[in-house]
Amino acid sequence: MDRVPIIKIDKYLIATIPPDIKDSVAIALHEDLGAKIVASRARLVLVDISALQIVDSFIGRMIGDISGMARLLDAEVMVVGMQPAVAMTLVELGLTLTGVRTALNVEAALAMARLRDHI
Amino acid sequence: MTLSQYVIPIPVLRAHRDAILERWIAEQKREGIARPDLLSDADLGRECSEFMSALFAGLDSDSTDPRGPGWEQMRAGLRGITLSRGRVGFGPSETMRFVLTVKEPLFSSLDELEPAQHVQAILEINRLVDRLSLMTSEIYQQGREEIIQRQQQEMLELSTPVVKLWDGVLALPLIGTLDSERTQVVMETLLQAIVETGSTIAIIDITGVPTVDTKVAQHLIQTVSAARLMGADCLISGIRPQIAQTIIHLGITLPDVVTKATLADAFITALGRIGQQVVAKRTDQER
Repeated sequence: MDRVPIIKIDKYLIATIPPDIKDSVAIALHEDLGAKIVASRARLVLVDISALQIVDSFIGRMIGDISGMARLLDAEVMVVGMQPAVAMTLVELGLTLTGVRTALNVEAALAMARLRDHI
Repeated sequence: MTLSQYVIPIPVLRAHRDAILERWIAEQKREGIARPDLLSDADLGRECSEFMSALFAGLDSDSTDPRGPGWEQMRAGLRGITLSRGRVGFGPSETMRFVLTVKEPLFSSLDELEPAQHVQAILEINRLVDRLSLMTSEIYQQGREEIIQRQQQEMLELSTPVVKLWDGVLALPLIGTLDSERTQVVMETLLQAIVETGSTIAIIDITGVPTVDTKVAQHLIQTVSAARLMGADCLISGIRPQIAQTIIHLGITLPDVVTKATLADAFITALGRIGQQVVAKRTDQER
């Protein structure tokens, strides 16, 4: 089964969502991410969705779920690189992901995180 | 012999084609609808001759319904003539009368017919030319509507400029009433500009928006939410006192949206967020 690669940079995890993510892959990512957060004791997870051009309510909810799960494991999720069309769709669907941090791109996200962690 | 060939004597008309054409052009000049200031004699002659060819092509199809098959040439020709006349400045009635004035020259070519057939032919030609002139009028209106639609689209684009105030700071000065369609364009242009410039802060200035109702507020909140999802913060500036009152009276709250009175205040706040600051230049004495 396809899996989303999760890479670790410094104390941060980065998961890059492929453009045509299947629901099963999303569920697998959910599990992998939980395990990886615990194993690596990461405090911040960057979910890069810049390749994602189309979202449905399932993927929208998945992002919210990942964020909730990460918070329980004492880590934070930052959604990175959302495309305009995707942002508009999520707003129309009423999924404004309150409480989830966002960033324009991975570079900006890492800069923000390093600033906060004084690295 | 079929009905239309019997009712409208096509061979007779065809025999008089040149005479009809000449009388028609003379008729238009006499009626003052030839407008030599807008259309040269050569162009007028060409249009009239095109019309006659299309008329005969249509009549040869054995039908007098200009919307039916066999009249494609006439429909295309009328469309071209009407639209080009509309563009150079002919009025709607002038364009309709261009078609209507062909009646008399057509009638006058039928003088040699038997009285009974004469009346029949005149009635039928009359009906046909009326239909053609109505078609012209419709085409003219369609042309106008297309122009209006295009202009609306252009206005929509013109009225939503996204300006860059600083590295990483965008401003969107909104002017005029916000409706759903316009807000959609505003939202798209702003979000697109955020991606293109990699800006982290966008200021939406509503100084030029005359009224804010629940719908406009809803649209603003949506735009702010969408920008936040992409990783950019939105500030709203330029809320006038009356509008602030209206917003409170309507019971609208703008949760999680930073609002500032003026664009200047919002700009200073934005600079602060990206770690910049405006300081006065020191003069020589102070040093």
